[in-house]
Amino acid sequence: MTELAIVGLAHVYAASGVRALDGIGLRIGAGERVALIGQNGSGKTTLVRHLNGLLRPTEGRVFVGGDDARALTVAQLAARVGLVFQDPDRQVFSGSVRSEVEFGPRNLSRSGPELAAAAREAISAVGLEGHEATNPYDLGQSRRKLLALASVLAMRTPVLVLDEPTTGQDARGVDRVRDVVRAVSAEGRTVIAISHDMRFVAETFERVIVMRAGRIILDGTPAETFAADAWDALRSTYLEPPLAARVGARRGVGSTPTDAGLIAALRAPERS
Amino acid sequence: MTLTLRGIGYRHAGASRPALLDIDLDLADGRVVGLAGASEAGKTTLCLVASGLAPRTVGGRIRGTLHLDGEDVDRWPMHRLAERIGIGFQNPATQLSQVAGTVFEEVAFGPMNLGIDRAEVIDRTWEALEAMRIDGLAERDPQRLSGGQQQLLAMAGLLAMRPEHLVLDEPTAQLDPAGTALVADAIGRLARGGTSILIAEQKTDLLADVAGEMIVLAEGRIALRGPVSEVLADPRLDEIGVAPPSAVRLRRAAVAAGLDPALVAERAA
Repeated sequence: MTELAIVGLAHVYAASGVRALDGIGLRIGAGERVALIGQNGSGKTTLVRHLNGLLRPTEGRVFVGGDDARALTVAQLAARVGLVFQDPDRQVFSGSVRSEVEFGPRNLSRSGPELAAAAREAISAVGLEGHEATNPYDLGQSRRKLLALASVLAMRTPVLVLDEPTTGQDARGVDRVRDVVRAVSAEGRTVIAISHDMRFVAETFERVIVMRAGRIILDGTPAETFAADAWDALRSTYLEPPLAARVGARRGVGSTPTDAGLIAALRAPERS
Repeated sequence: MTLTLRGIGYRHAGASRPALLDIDLDLADGRVVGLAGASEAGKTTLCLVASGLAPRTVGGRIRGTLHLDGEDVDRWPMHRLAERIGIGFQNPATQLSQVAGTVFEEVAFGPMNLGIDRAEVIDRTWEALEAMRIDGLAERDPQRLSGGQQQLLAMAGLLAMRPEHLVLDEPTAQLDPAGTALVADAIGRLARGGTSILIAEQKTDLLADVAGEMIVLAEGRIALRGPVSEVLADPRLDEIGVAPPSAVRLRRAAVAAGLDPALVAERAA
């Protein structure tokens, strides 16, 4: 299984001179479910692009599975870290759903029954069964986005990175994405997701990292990150804790970032 | 001033079933109407029809009528409609004029095409850029902005046009909570100025904030309509595939657990 370690990472975009990351230190264990939150422009996407070699550090090191990313080729990194872009149209290009989903595993030299099974599982995980022969551009934007997720899932990389996976999804689409994250993590694979949806974050991830201006300002469980004593830090980057956390704090039942957690905490006195 | 849709049905070219059926809708001065529905329920199609772009620019067959202040606009050319009805597309990159070299020019482009005098165009442009907090990007190339920045830019362009009617298709999809709040403010500002607004959104928390009434589409038909607070609390919303706002879900969870819902109200009653 693949551990990620980032040491003293800084990134300066050559074209603009913008220092998008500054002194990032981070260790993510195999199988962790990690949400990365913060404002647009806080460095979230820049950070995850270092994990699969799309960007190289200006300073510092990135280790993927114990190997310095600099020593790995882009192809080697792509086999370890799958990245799903926010905009599926930057990613989807094949003529059918099946060929799109098979493209990644084919590039990893999978073939025959193994390839077919990987594609079938990924298509079913996002609910696109029956659409195998459909042209991706005949799917709506939200299903095309689920297709982009399936095409990376099919590579069965030890690390899966999702950039804003729930934007444009309806209630069922968000549920699907949540189920995929949990299933991948249950197999011991790591999931890292960038999201602005605090409710999805609180309900789906076991660790929440908050970025502001290229630095990490909070890193903990959802209960820690959304606890009342962290609100000033959250609000300094224009994030609002989920409603359940705000109500829990007002009721004095501790940090309860999910609806289920809040309800359980409110019921606890009844039982005693 | 009212934009009126009556008995609207719509079928995309080559589609096996209609995308919209029997849609009646009134968009009146200063009113904000929310539009929700599961993916592919017809929200984007309704946005295109209400703005006059469908079938004019995308083909397909339409039934029913679209009236502006009582006048049938069926034969109006697109440019004449565009002066009265603004639209913000789901993908803000689609919105860009492709002719402006800077963010400032991009925002100024709309009001300039309306024949508004130069000094006023400049005033409106700065005001819109400041409202969306992108005045610092005025000299940047619109094509080189992030998706979120382009979404704020598209909204600034619409603010500067001050259209009588405005149709917004998921205007906050790529925005963080701070950007979403800016769009909500912009919608309020336009509505107070008399613009009628139809806004399609997955974020029901946002609809609860900005809209007075709303409709919910299911398979191309209006399944629910009414005041926002009533529609968003309707138990059928889940079956339709629309996530209720946080407050509604939390309240339901409390009731299901046998708790007094007042316990989970955001503020003390």
